[in-house]
Amino acid sequence: MISIFRNFVNKVLRSLFSKKKHVKLGLYGPPNGGKTTLANRICQDWLGEDMGKVSNIAHETREVQIKEQINIKNSEGKELSFNLVDTPGIATKIDFEEFIRAGLKEKEAKQRAKEATKGIIDSIKWLDEMDTVIIVLDATKDPLSQVNITIIGNLQARNIPVMIVANKIDLRKASIKKVQSAFPQYEVIGISAKFGKNIDQFYEALFAMAG
Amino acid sequence: MSLTIQFVPYHEIESLGSARRVKKLIDIVKENKIVMLQGRLKKEEEADLIAITMEEIGSKFKGIELAVVNPESKDAHIFNKIKNNFFGMILGDRQGLTIIGPASVVKEIKKDPNKIELYTQESRKRKK
Repeated sequence: MISIFRNFVNKVLRSLFSKKKHVKLGLYGPPNGGKTTLANRICQDWLGEDMGKVSNIAHETREVQIKEQINIKNSEGKELSFNLVDTPGIATKIDFEEFIRAGLKEKEAKQRAKEATKGIIDSIKWLDEMDTVIIVLDATKDPLSQVNITIIGNLQARNIPVMIVANKIDLRKASIKKVQSAFPQYEVIGISAKFGKNIDQFYEALFAMAG
Repeated sequence: MSLTIQFVPYHEIESLGSARRVKKLIDIVKENKIVMLQGRLKKEEEADLIAITMEEIGSKFKGIELAVVNPESKDAHIFNKIKNNFFGMILGDRQGLTIIGPASVVKEIKKDPNKIELYTQESRKRKK
């Protein structure tokens, strides 16, 4: 049953990448999962520049960011072209006091909280715009949070193909298996976006989906 | 510290449109009560719940903790899954339980197939 579903997803993805000229590839997930780090890795690898700023304080990305026309190539000379969309992390709560505890001043913290709430609303609005989505999860955290389930459930309801990235595998606590067993119907690729570990495998998975 | 849990039977939200359903639940949570909804919202409504929560966040309301407990076993027979999906589409998804708590009261909700654990902000302080 799972393999039938996965084959179906791959088929849909292949047809998308081959038919549409400007496929929107969205990076979604909870805050601090490493979406912007992965976006930067992709942009550095293929454009030689960063996409956005990263930080240990949650909600660093508070606006949807787009990098257009990224062309990637594999060892066989195949090419893949897409517009990369980095989205603010989705959460169910925002408390400015947590930003203060993380070292921000009160005014900055309040502003960050205000912008973060707007960013989350935008992320959700943008779901409808995506052609395909990479869910970026922190592999050291419990993958079965309701936010993750809600995002993936919404993409499924909208028939948007999904690939899951279990990020931060350079950390000792990371578990790709936990992510795989939480979402067995999806392909899960374990990477470290920060150090580039398994990044080739990630690109190959993108090519495999595109056919 | 006392906790108030308000049970919301599915029939109370059944006739409401998506926006009013979500608003009704958030209004209860904003009164610092934990909502225990019979059944579950539609997937799109769950996303709306997060979006509307974000619109409501202010100095007193910090957001929500959310958990959906679905009784359907992963190993459930395909026929039962189709049957449940069919009745869910017609009658609404009354199976399972949706728990929504104010983030200022509920720190975390942990799910287990047999139990639900609510960690309150008070228990967090005690641990320190």
